[in-house]
Amino acid sequence: MKPPAFDYVRPATVDEALALRDRHGDDAVFLAGGQSLMPSMNFRLAAPGIVIDLNGIAALAGVEAHADGSLVAGAMTRHRFFETSPLIAERLPLLSRAMASVAHVAVRNRGTIGGSLCHADPSAEWPALCIACDASIVLQSSAGSRRVAADEFSLGVFTTAIAAGELLTAVAFPPWPKRRGWGFEEVSRRLGDFALVGIACVVDLDASGCCADARLVVFGAGDRPVLASRAVEALRGRRVDDGALRTAAARARADVACRSDHHASAGYRSRLVEALTHRALTHALHSAS
Amino acid sequence: MTRTIPISLVVNDRHVDAELEPRRTLADFLRNTLRLTGTHLGCEHGVCGACNVLLDSEVVRACLMLAVQADGHAVVTVEGLSPARGLNALQQSFKTHHALQCGFCTPGFLIAAHALLQEDPHPSRARIEEAISGNLCRCTGYIPIVQAIDAVAQEQRPDAAGEPRT
Repeated sequence: MKPPAFDYVRPATVDEALALRDRHGDDAVFLAGGQSLMPSMNFRLAAPGIVIDLNGIAALAGVEAHADGSLVAGAMTRHRFFETSPLIAERLPLLSRAMASVAHVAVRNRGTIGGSLCHADPSAEWPALCIACDASIVLQSSAGSRRVAADEFSLGVFTTAIAAGELLTAVAFPPWPKRRGWGFEEVSRRLGDFALVGIACVVDLDASGCCADARLVVFGAGDRPVLASRAVEALRGRRVDDGALRTAAARARADVACRSDHHASAGYRSRLVEALTHRALTHALHSAS
Repeated sequence: MTRTIPISLVVNDRHVDAELEPRRTLADFLRNTLRLTGTHLGCEHGVCGACNVLLDSEVVRACLMLAVQADGHAVVTVEGLSPARGLNALQQSFKTHHALQCGFCTPGFLIAAHALLQEDPHPSRARIEEAISGNLCRCTGYIPIVQAIDAVAQEQRPDAAGEPRT
């Protein structure tokens, strides 16, 4: 229950961190908030030769707000910031609300958006939230930087699109349109536990009150968060009534393959997908209008 | 041989210099090096909350931080909550309300409750329950713990005149 010996460095810049990663290769790990890596090291599931602590890199922390309404969040921005920031409550209300479901205050005070995305637990909130918001993930290496759509970032259990030598430096959120509503629902055994199933969604209404666009993400059900595209087709271009919501919920249930484990059966998860989709979309419609 | 790293931090208002292996967690540093054994270690993976401490006034898990990461920061442990003699209001309230039996989890609850009351001196019952949701207690069933924290929150109310709360 104690980590094996390792070397430790706390670089002050991203370039320094990347150079260290290049020098040490897979023997090195980046330490963000430590809320997943530290348990792995305590259990000796992870035994890096060198830990590159990102907590000294000021450029990775905090959120930059742009005039067009978009936001760029540094990878080391902590969950608690998103939970309590008035800026986030105004510009990305879905994120503020969802943070209450991310573990507990003591964990949210340390855990970071970048760390959670890189860990890629299929039951975690951040990967799903980023997909719902259509965010881009900014990855940097000593060769340059690239952007990956959030929906193409999580590839499976604890697996992401990050290549060797890359560091997740920021998450870019596009502007939140007027008349956008959001929904967030999650069922877990206890408050703060990982989700058995969760839903994050946004619904955009046009001036006439019809659904212009919608994005709905199911997480916790399978091995990665899933964008339920066919489900929201039931809403697009029409004035949404409860019948349309029920169709969308049934399609989400039909389209998302659920896993069984010791927390819940696939059948129970499937029923949750349908019920929570209906609830989340209902909330989204109310908050949009 | 892993090299050791010098650190300098403030623990319970006292300046501390140390030199240690990077793998030493903050919790083990507090317990084994500084002999501040009030910080307990239960699960060592962030679930039980027994090792809660304040880092720059925010509650964190001391088992999920390396001691070298506390370099330049201020840490408060359960020992730092008490006055020089006796108990603080929260500790006294835990005693009065039988909010502990074996006491193993108590330091973590005290730190979590202290952090809550610093941020919101008059939390609702729901807020209290949320604030301690990351702490496990196997003895009390939690209700006396919530009552103990709630009683302190009531005393702190400017309008506290002893009237019953509905």
